[in-house]
Amino acid sequence: MKAFEKKSGIVAPMDRANIDTDMIIPKQFLKSIKRSGFGPNLFDELRYLDEGQPDADNSGRPLNPDFVLNQVRYQGASVLLARENFGCGSSREHAPWALEDFGFQVVIAPSYADIFFNNSFKNGLLPIVLDDATVDTLFKEVEANEGYELTVDLENQTINKANGESIAFEVDSFRKHCLLNGLDDIGLTLQDADSIKAYEAKRRESSPWLFDQVK
Amino acid sequence: MAGKTLYDKLWDQHVVQTRDDGTALIYIDRQLLHEVTSPQAFEGLRLAGRKPWRLDANLATPDHNVPTTKTERDVGIEGIIDPVSKIQVKTLDDNCDEFGIVEFKMQDKRQGIVHVVGPEQGATLPGMTVVCGDSHTATHGAFAALAHGVGTSEVEHVMATQCLIQRKMKNLLIRVDGELGEGITGKDVVLHVIGVIGTAGGNGCAMEFGGSAIRSMSMEGRMTMCNMAIEAGARVGMVAFDELTAEYVKGRAYAPKGDHWELALEAWSDLVSDEDAEFDKIVEIKAEDIAPQVTWGTSPEMVTTIDGFVPKLEDAKDDVERSGFERAYDYMGLEAGQAITDIELDRVFIGSCTNSRIEDLRAAAAVAKGNKVADSLKQALVVPGSGLVKEQAEKEGLHTIFTEAGFEWREPGCSMCLAMNADKLGSGEHCASTSNRNFEGRQGYGGRTHLVSPAMAAAAAIAGHFVDVRQFELVK
Ligand code: SF4
Repeated sequence: MKAFEKKSGIVAPMDRANIDTDMIIPKQFLKSIKRSGFGPNLFDELRYLDEGQPDADNSGRPLNPDFVLNQVRYQGASVLLARENFGCGSSREHAPWALEDFGFQVVIAPSYADIFFNNSFKNGLLPIVLDDATVDTLFKEVEANEGYELTVDLENQTINKANGESIAFEVDSFRKHCLLNGLDDIGLTLQDADSIKAYEAKRRESSPWLFDQVK
Repeated sequence: MAGKTLYDKLWDQHVVQTRDDGTALIYIDRQLLHEVTSPQAFEGLRLAGRKPWRLDANLATPDHNVPTTKTERDVGIEGIIDPVSKIQVKTLDDNCDEFGIVEFKMQDKRQGIVHVVGPEQGATLPGMTVVCGDSHTATHGAFAALAHGVGTSEVEHVMATQCLIQRKMKNLLIRVDGELGEGITGKDVVLHVIGVIGTAGGNGCAMEFGGSAIRSMSMEGRMTMCNMAIEAGARVGMVAFDELTAEYVKGRAYAPKGDHWELALEAWSDLVSDEDAEFDKIVEIKAEDIAPQVTWGTSPEMVTTIDGFVPKLEDAKDDVERSGFERAYDYMGLEAGQAITDIELDRVFIGSCTNSRIEDLRAAAAVAKGNKVADSLKQALVVPGSGLVKEQAEKEGLHTIFTEAGFEWREPGCSMCLAMNADKLGSGEHCASTSNRNFEGRQGYGGRTHLVSPAMAAAAAIAGHFVDVRQFELVK
């Protein structure tokens, strides 16, 4: 997992509640043998006017001009702004995989579905919870200002606006640590690599046959 | 202080570190890989720029998707008609080549169902921790090993760190004492156990099978039992080490040799539950009580004996079971009170990681010999568990017995156990199957599965309906 870096990003507003994981990445894409490459099919049904197929070339597909991510002003967005209960529905880990692969680093919403929330942290995506009123204000500001950017400073737990205003947010300290250091479960376990090596050395001694090479 | 169970010992020997939240980092000695649950794990390694921690701890083989007809197999990967299957098998090959993991590819005669291949190669050894992205990994516990099924993210975790984050389970002992009757196999014993304790009976437990009936059971029978521990709710099934275990392992490709063999034997002799070990729960079963088993419904606990009947609604112990029965009658197209021997069959499947080893094929062939598959059957399939099982069976002439009787003799793989390749049941068809799951749609959309032992499956194929293998000669 990549370490979470502080950088400014364009904000894309999706003004809907209950955006479910099927919307984020429709089921036909779960047949894939990969966990990367879902970006082009993020929000597939909203984004394109035809039906998407796994492993198909998406470049020639008709885009839905009304969909937010297709609008010129939101190109390159890395912060997704949404309403409550984001990520509900099926537990597919493909949802954060798709958001991350598309280029999102942060989601801001008043609330999230549990599994999605957990899966996001495991995949380097930061879901920030802000109260309804603050989210509402952000929606207004984004819509009023083309090129609206926010800087998410995870270290200091603040969201900084270009005008110098800043919004504080909460995040579990352990999860913050993992994100800042790019530690997924594997990364965390590897912090104990020395213990694993020590165990392995002992085992090699006590049970050498387990390390016999077979050709 | 009380002694330790086999599970306690295996656990203690593998703890790298315990953590404050009650979890522990457990060292994994062997990881088996197949094509369905590994691609995203490899992809994860690639994306993170990680390498497998210990290449030699991994062993891969494709099994779920491989075609089982000789014509398709002879062509190789390009011969796989289903495009999704082809991609999965090819991806496993590519990943293993890229990372340097030993793989028995589709055309290697050592290829087969992972849970058949591991023990057959001696890649599963007593005292090991064994994982695989497949719930039937419990099979390997028959060797006094600690074997779990894991998810794809855990497959990646094990590849990258050689460890798994685990919480210790409870100890459950299933003790089967006495002598099994003629024709009663490990399959009947484990189905009987599931009938007694239910599919949730082993939840949260590591399940050890002990008692005199297990001690005198073959390694194949023990593997069949551990294989289905998961159907009784336990992620782990186990049998203590004994001479039979050693005999089975000795001389296999991955088994210790020379001095290492002697050292290993000494260490393995302790892989038994101590006399004074305390179990959280003990279930006692009398071997004499066990008759040939047949499942009638859509859960392995919906099981009865060959001379039994589809249970009536009033037999249900509560409302939940009652509605389960109703749904199962409907799905299975059966009526309450119907005799098991009256169930007409459409297909028979002998195979799967539960029952596709040489002993299983011998038992089925002994019944098939000199007989003919009933005309009413659309198909009777025999799918050996690995290329080596197939080779051995052919050496013994079992394939001729099968084909002369009208069975199809196939190439090794999971096949009709889960219907991921072309071997499937049609909607509404009844199948006598030696596999492990009779869930709705498991063997094909609308298919109706009845789980039985290999000898019972062969007898059913010949009669066209279920018959008691113990009276088979008379019935015929
Ligand atoms: S034979 Fe069946 S149960 Fe066994 S690994 Fe294959 S699909 Fe799973």
